[in-house]
Formats: sequence, structure tokens, C-alpha cells
Amino acid sequence: MMTYTDKSGPFTHAATSVSKTMNTVLLALVPATLFDIWLFGWPALFLFAITIGACMGAEALCLNWAGKPLKPTLCDGSAALTGWLLAMSLPPWAPWWIAVLGAVFAIPLAKHVFGGLGQNVFNPAMVARVALLVSFPVQMTLFVLPHPMFATGSPGFMEALSITFGTGTLDSMSAASALGFIKTELSRGVPVAESIKQVPSLMDLASGVRIGSMGETSAVLVLLGGLVLLARRIISWHIPVTVLGTLFIMGTLFNAVDPTRFTPGWFHLMSGATFLGAFFIATDYVTSPVSKQGQLVYGIGIGLLTWVIRTFAGYPEGMAFAVLLMNSLTPIIDQHFRPRMFGRTRKGQPLPLKGE
Amino acid sequence: MLIAVGSLAAMGIALGGLLGIAARYLHVEEDPLENELMGLLPGSQCGQCGFVGCGQYAAALAHEHAPVNLCAPGGKSVIEALAKRLGVSADTSDHEEKGPEYALINEDLCIGCLRCIGECSTDAIVGAVKSVHTVLTENCHGCAKCFKICPTEAITMCKVPVTLGNWHWDKPHADAQH
Amino acid sequence: MKLFPVRGGIHPDYRKERTSEGAIVALPLPKALYLPLQQHIGAPAEPVVKAGDAVKKGQLLAKGAGAVSAPTHAPTSGIISAITEVAAPHPSGLAQLTIVLQPDGKDEWAELPAALDPSTASPEDIRARVAECGIVGMGGATFPSAVKLGLGTQKPIETLLLNGAECEPYLTCDDRVMREYAAEVVDGARIMARALGAAKIVVGIETNKPAALAAMTEAAKTFADVEVVGVPVQYPMGSERHLVQAITGLETPARKLTADLGVVVHNVGTARAVHDAVRFGRPLIARVVTVSGGAVAKPQNLEVPLGTLVSELVAFCGGLTEPPRRIVNGGPMMGQPLPSLDVPVIKGTCGILALTAVETNEQPVGPCIRCGTCVTICPCGLVPVEMASYIRKDNLEAAATAGVTDCVSCGSCSYICPSHIPLVHYFNYAKGALAAQGREQRKQDKTKELVEIHNDRVEKLAQAKREAAAAKKAAAAAAAAAQVETPQ
Repeated sequence: MMTYTDKSGPFTHAATSVSKTMNTVLLALVPATLFDIWLFGWPALFLFAITIGACMGAEALCLNWAGKPLKPTLCDGSAALTGWLLAMSLPPWAPWWIAVLGAVFAIPLAKHVFGGLGQNVFNPAMVARVALLVSFPVQMTLFVLPHPMFATGSPGFMEALSITFGTGTLDSMSAASALGFIKTELSRGVPVAESIKQVPSLMDLASGVRIGSMGETSAVLVLLGGLVLLARRIISWHIPVTVLGTLFIMGTLFNAVDPTRFTPGWFHLMSGATFLGAFFIATDYVTSPVSKQGQLVYGIGIGLLTWVIRTFAGYPEGMAFAVLLMNSLTPIIDQHFRPRMFGRTRKGQPLPLKGE
Repeated sequence: MLIAVGSLAAMGIALGGLLGIAARYLHVEEDPLENELMGLLPGSQCGQCGFVGCGQYAAALAHEHAPVNLCAPGGKSVIEALAKRLGVSADTSDHEEKGPEYALINEDLCIGCLRCIGECSTDAIVGAVKSVHTVLTENCHGCAKCFKICPTEAITMCKVPVTLGNWHWDKPHADAQH
Repeated sequence: MKLFPVRGGIHPDYRKERTSEGAIVALPLPKALYLPLQQHIGAPAEPVVKAGDAVKKGQLLAKGAGAVSAPTHAPTSGIISAITEVAAPHPSGLAQLTIVLQPDGKDEWAELPAALDPSTASPEDIRARVAECGIVGMGGATFPSAVKLGLGTQKPIETLLLNGAECEPYLTCDDRVMREYAAEVVDGARIMARALGAAKIVVGIETNKPAALAAMTEAAKTFADVEVVGVPVQYPMGSERHLVQAITGLETPARKLTADLGVVVHNVGTARAVHDAVRFGRPLIARVVTVSGGAVAKPQNLEVPLGTLVSELVAFCGGLTEPPRRIVNGGPMMGQPLPSLDVPVIKGTCGILALTAVETNEQPVGPCIRCGTCVTICPCGLVPVEMASYIRKDNLEAAATAGVTDCVSCGSCSYICPSHIPLVHYFNYAKGALAAQGREQRKQDKTKELVEIHNDRVEKLAQAKREAAAAKKAAAAAAAAAQVETPQ
């Protein structure tokens, strides 16, 4: 009798797989997503479906061009996750072509140009968001007041179709997100301490009934999803804690110094898509460092950059830029922050014996 | 204008002259690269590369862009060492990796002519006139010079066998699609 | 006792319950025994018998050759039918020189060396006896035990650490030995400690073996110098360096031995063999083997004469219920695949597993998603994902710098990888290829040296010839001159 000896051990394997990981992440996003779809009605649902569909389609096309088998990569949920995260970072009533263009940026340009799954340097969803933001600043910053599904005044199914696939924008789409509002007010000379009174309260920000992209609202539900990921050990605490911690500390510190110029720490945490960024975007496996030490550095970097961009740069929201900037540093972080080898010093020399 | 042109010209002449003098006085007679390459080669002067000996091959490598994959007894490791030193990519595709070999004397055919002993550059063959010769396998590096000179074709080149001691896992072939 | 944390590690499905509750069963004598000359690390043994010889049980068949080697003895009485090449229990399927013994069924003992009294015997005597009885590391490493017991003569050894962690899934042979032969194991350990000059003995047992812990604690309670410690269930706790770290908190420097820290580690099975050798003069001729895996009808622990074919073990356990995906020699994490069942059990065979496709859970390899789990769990602090990508691009040098030679091949990274990348296979390949490169380099250095000697000699000969010719010429010239002169 012959058995296989083509492979060295181990001959047992944990019940881990890429698709299992991706599906858990998707599952952790479900509560927040459902809430957002309820909050912004049919157009949000359409946008959501179109983004994911376009990402999957783009993935299939790219795989086909590269002559790779479709099924394993298409079914592992990675493209769906990219689409999902992209959809959550778009204004909920954005037109269909924003979603499709986003998919084109995310999948072929940010992922397959580098060699497909696992090879990309930058987070595809964030590349797409940033590319859209700089290309179509009007459409990407037109946020809508919450229009809960089936509530009076909310668009019906047919009306929603015309919002997503039509051309005109509605009157109700002239609102800005909380971060954008404060930034605009600041540029008009209104101090933060004044303008912050006009944005929703901490509780409202947390519960999510407010203006913003899908991932920006429902901070609590996103946090809940993040905790699920932590509990399932899909992610470790290192990146989210350092991102949130750095952002909070910077905000609180500078707010204490000058409350008229700087927004407080809690506001940084609760506004923008901070939780989505910290738990779901920054923790993207492919584009973050592999060692825990590296992840700490990476997280602190994202927290700092986000705060700097939000506070000093021209864009009200900085998470996407911060993530992309730190993505570019990941290979260097990987080189310099690595675990200490057993029996060796940090420099790789054998540990000295006692008395040597 | 004239001053500028003049001074630049003077500087050019002076520096050029300096370079010329330096080239003359600091001239290195022996090519260090050649010596270094020579050190990487086995040094058995077997001539299988097509050059007279290792020194000539090293010179050709250093100055005439000779291919790095000619040394048969050196095998893949020498090819890679040469390629690395010269900063070229080692093309091992058309180099047929025979694996290390050693010479074996068929005792029925050996006539004890001593010719192979004269050829052997590592003193790996022992024997006396008119008596059967033997190869000391651990000293033989498979240059095959004896194989070529033997008048009775008593010498065969054998592959160094894979044993439990030197076997190791192959590179995994089952790999991702990218 | 205070324990110390150990980096990384995994918690695989242990599946030990399949064999842990049944007593060790002695396997009946098979029709033929195949005793390879190399059952240990070091030089192969040299046969002292020839085909046709009648031998008795425990008689020396092959003696150790050199400082690191071990002899082999007859597991039963019978006739040597041949000394020939037989397939080795090795993934390559290569053959090696093997003594074939035809048992005569009488199982008659040869005259054994006299029992030693450990309380009076000198450490040298104990070591000599251990060497003479062919005892090697029974945990699977098969390093000659006498050599390891001699470390006490070179370095001060404070602690003998008895390794009963048995962290490999499926395997329960150490567990059963500790439960059924606790007194013998403790006695063997105390004999070894005497040979080492170690004042203290610590027995480390993973806490998933409560019965073994209880039995060993009971057996050790009358000895003040023996301490039994439950260590956390964390693969690879049984790795020598990691067990030493867990129990003493000392981290063995790279390229040093645990003995440099004053700790020597031996397996519990080895302790039992030492007990038999010293107290009764019995050589190592049998061992306990766990036969398990989903394809085995009746998984159990067997006491097997060395040299028995694996197929006999499987047949005794009711045969195979389905074609196995892999036959593994050892545990599923670090064991080696076997090409067939027709290979003998040797001194290091701690388990034979017939694993089904469901158990091995082999999947097509996917692209790495850089999840970093391999980095988190590596007990050696390496970055497997990085080393594997170097090796994939044939950059062995970079892989060596990244520490591939520090890898203990525990298999944790391959086990956990969601993309099913055969990381450890890459590292095993790299380690083998680097070793081969080293051998080739040494061969080349030797060749160069020989060439230089040869050239020197040729040059000297030529020089001598030239001198002789010159002398001749001079003599001839002198003679001619003399001739010219004489007539005058």
C-alpha cells in the first residue's frame, strides 16, 4: 500500500480558512449595516447592493483576465468585504456610478494591479474612497438627513430608484457631516466651543440617528461588531486600541490647551467613521504589519495622522488618508519591528550565558 | 567671459592631468576581481569549462563576460556564488544540473597504467604500476579528467547517491496560483 | 511551583482519549524483525553477527561506532537470516542496512550484564551501562542517552528535567508509561540524575494528563529530590528549550545547549529504559508505540519488539477501516510521513498514525493574506510568512538571516495558516538545502586543499628533477673539465 509522502508535516490542521475569517468580519458588520439601511432607506440599500455587486463583478473580471480560477477567490468573501466597507464609507444617497467607479478603483487598480488577494500595498476600500473624494468632492460630501425606512417623508421604492439611478439631487441632501460642519464653521471664524454645541450630542452620535456615511452613523453597533471580532480572535486589540487611544489622547490634550481651536477627544471618537476605521479598516490583514510590535506602531501612526489631518488639513475626515499613509509604511514597519527570536537578543545575536 | 572660460579650461586640464597621473601611479597590476573569482572556483584545473584552467576561466569571467554556468564540478553553488559576485543573474536553466559525481574504476578493466593518477589533481587515485587502481571517493570531486584519459574505459562517473544522511525535503510544489 | 510563560504556541485538537484509557498491550512476536543499523543520531552501528548466526534475546547484534552512536540488540532469540538493505521508516523511502532476525519462538534470554546498584555505582559505570544497552532518546529525537548523561562531566548540572509533556496530539505512550510504570520511571530518573550529578529532578507533565500526574506524584512522594509539576497545555510545550523555559524561566541561548544553563532534559520513556538497563541489565529491545488515527479500527498503545513491521502493529489493532490519507511516524505535528507500512519500528518510533483525509484537513494552498497569526504563535519568535516568501523566491541566504535555522519545525504555523500554506515544509526544505550547501562548501574547500597539496608535491618533484638535472649537468661539466684538464 502506498500513501502520500509529498508533503512534510503537520498532518492536522486548525479549522481556519480565509473564507471563514472574511465571513466573520462580514457578519460582524451586519448589525451596523442593517441599522444604516433602516436609517437611510431604500437608496442606501440600493447603493449597498450596487457597490458589493460591482466589486464582485470587477473581481471576477480581473481573475478571468489573469487566468486564475474564479471560484476560490470569489467565494472567500474578500471582494465582498471590500465592497461592503466601501459602501459603508460612501454617502448613503450617492448615485450608482459612484459605487461602480469606487469598485473600479478598489478592485482592479488597488488590488489586482499588485497581484490580487494578499499582494496589495494599500487598503482597496480606502483607495477607492479617497480617489472618489478627490475626484468627486461634491457627490462625496453631500450627506443626507436620516430618512428612516417606511417613515413619512422617506423616499419610497420608486422614488429611491430615481435617487440612486437618476440625475438630480434632492433638497434634503445639502447637509454636511458633523466633522465637516465644525471645519466649515472654524474657517468662518466660529470657535469650536461654539459650533460643537450645534452638532448632535454624544448620545445621539453614539446611537447613530444623525448625518453621515453609513459607517459614520451607528458608532455603537460598529463598536459591537469590533468587539465580536476581538472575541473571535479575528483581530487583536493592538491596532484598534492604539488608533482610538492616540486619537482620544491627542484630542483631549489639545482641547484642554485650547478649547476654541481643538475639538475634544470624545468628539473625535464618536464622529467620522472612527470606530469603523479602527476596528474594520486599519485592521485589514493584508495592508497592516504582521507582528504585534509593528501593529502598535502602525496604530499609533494612524491615530496621530487622523488627528493631524482632521485638525489641520483641508479635509474634515482623515481616517482614510491616515490608513493609506500608514499602509505605505507597513513594509518598513515589518522590517524593523519584529518579535525577538527565541534565545537571541533583539539584534539577532545569541543571548549571552551567565558569566559570559 | 574669458576669465571664466580660461579658469574652467585650466581646471579641466589640471584635474584631467591628475587623473592621468593617478591612473599611472595607482595602477594595479593584478586584477583583484580575477583573484576573487579564482577563489570561488574549485581550482582543480579540470578544463571542463572549455578554458585551460580555473585561472583562465576566472580571467574570462572578469573581462570577457564568459557565462557563469560553465563549471561542472562546482555545480549550482559555484554558479550562484559567481553570479552574485559579478552581479549578473545566474541562468541555470540551460545548465544541466548533473549533481555531484565521483569516479569509479572497474577493476576488471584497469591495466595499472598510472595515467589517471597523473591526471588527478586532488590525489584521489591510488595505485602502482601494473596493479589495479582505486579511487578514494571522499577525495574525488568528479572533474572526470581520469575518465577521459583512461585507455581501457575502465573509469565510470557515478552520481553521488542520495542517502538517509543527505536527503532533504524538496521545495514545496503545491503553491498558490499567483 | 511557579511556572514561567512561554511565547506563542497553539491548542490543537488533541484526540488523545482514543488511546489514553486502555492499558499497554504487549504485541505477540512477529514472524521477522528488521533492525536497522541506524536507529539513532550519529554513526551507524557496526554488525557483530552474520547471516546464519543464532542469537539469544538481548544479545548484541551491532556495536556502536564512535563517540556518538548506539548498539542494537536482539529483541528475541532466533536466527539472523540476512544483513541487507531494507526500506527505512523515513519519508524518502530509501533503504538502509538492516539486520533481519527470524525469531525461533523460544524467546530465550542471553546472559545479561550484572545488575548495578545505583546507590553505589559510579556515574561512569551508569553511563557505560546506558551506552552498552543502546539507550537513545525515546521521545523521538533518538540522541544517544549516554552522551547526554555525560554532559555532567563538562558542565555543572543542577537539574534533570524529565519530559512528560507529550504535547503532540494523538500520542499517549508517555502518558501510559507514566501511569503504569511510575515507580520505574522515577527510579530511572534518579539513576540518571546520579549519572549527571544533578541534585534536583523535575518532572514536567501537561495538565491534560491528570492520571499520569497523580501516578507520578504518588511515586515521587518518598523522594525529596523529585518534584512533579503540571505544565500548561500548550503545544509545543514538549520542546526541550520551551519546557526548560516554562519550568526554570531560563531561555537557552541560540546555538547553546540547555546543559549550558545547568539543565538536562530526558524523556520519561528513556528513564524507564535506564531503570531496566541499570537494575536488570536489560538492553533496549522494545518500546511502547501509540497506534492511532481515524483509519485504525482499534487504536491502542502497544509494547512492541524493536524491528517489528508497522503493518504488524496495524494488523494487531484490527487493521484499517478505510484507506488513510497519510501514514505518520510520530505525532501529527512533527511526525514524518511513511511511504508504506512495510517499515520497521525503531527506537524513536513513538507513534504510528493512520490519518483520514478528514483528520488531515488538507486544502488547496491559497494566497497569503498576511493575517500574522503565524508570527503571533511562533514559539521561536520568528516571522514565518517572511521566511516562506524568501524561500519561495529561492533566497535561502535571506531566509537564513531571518532565522530559518532557529526554527524547530514544530508545525504550529502550518497548522494555523488559514491559507493552508505549507510553511514548515518550506523551512524543512530550506534547512536541508542550507545543510547541503554547507556540505558542498566543505567539499570544495577540501578539494582546494587537496589541489594545493598536489600542486606543491608536483612542484617539489619538478624542482627535485631540475636540481638533479642541474647537478648531473654540473657533474658532467666537471667531469668534462677534469677530462680536459687531465691530459695536461
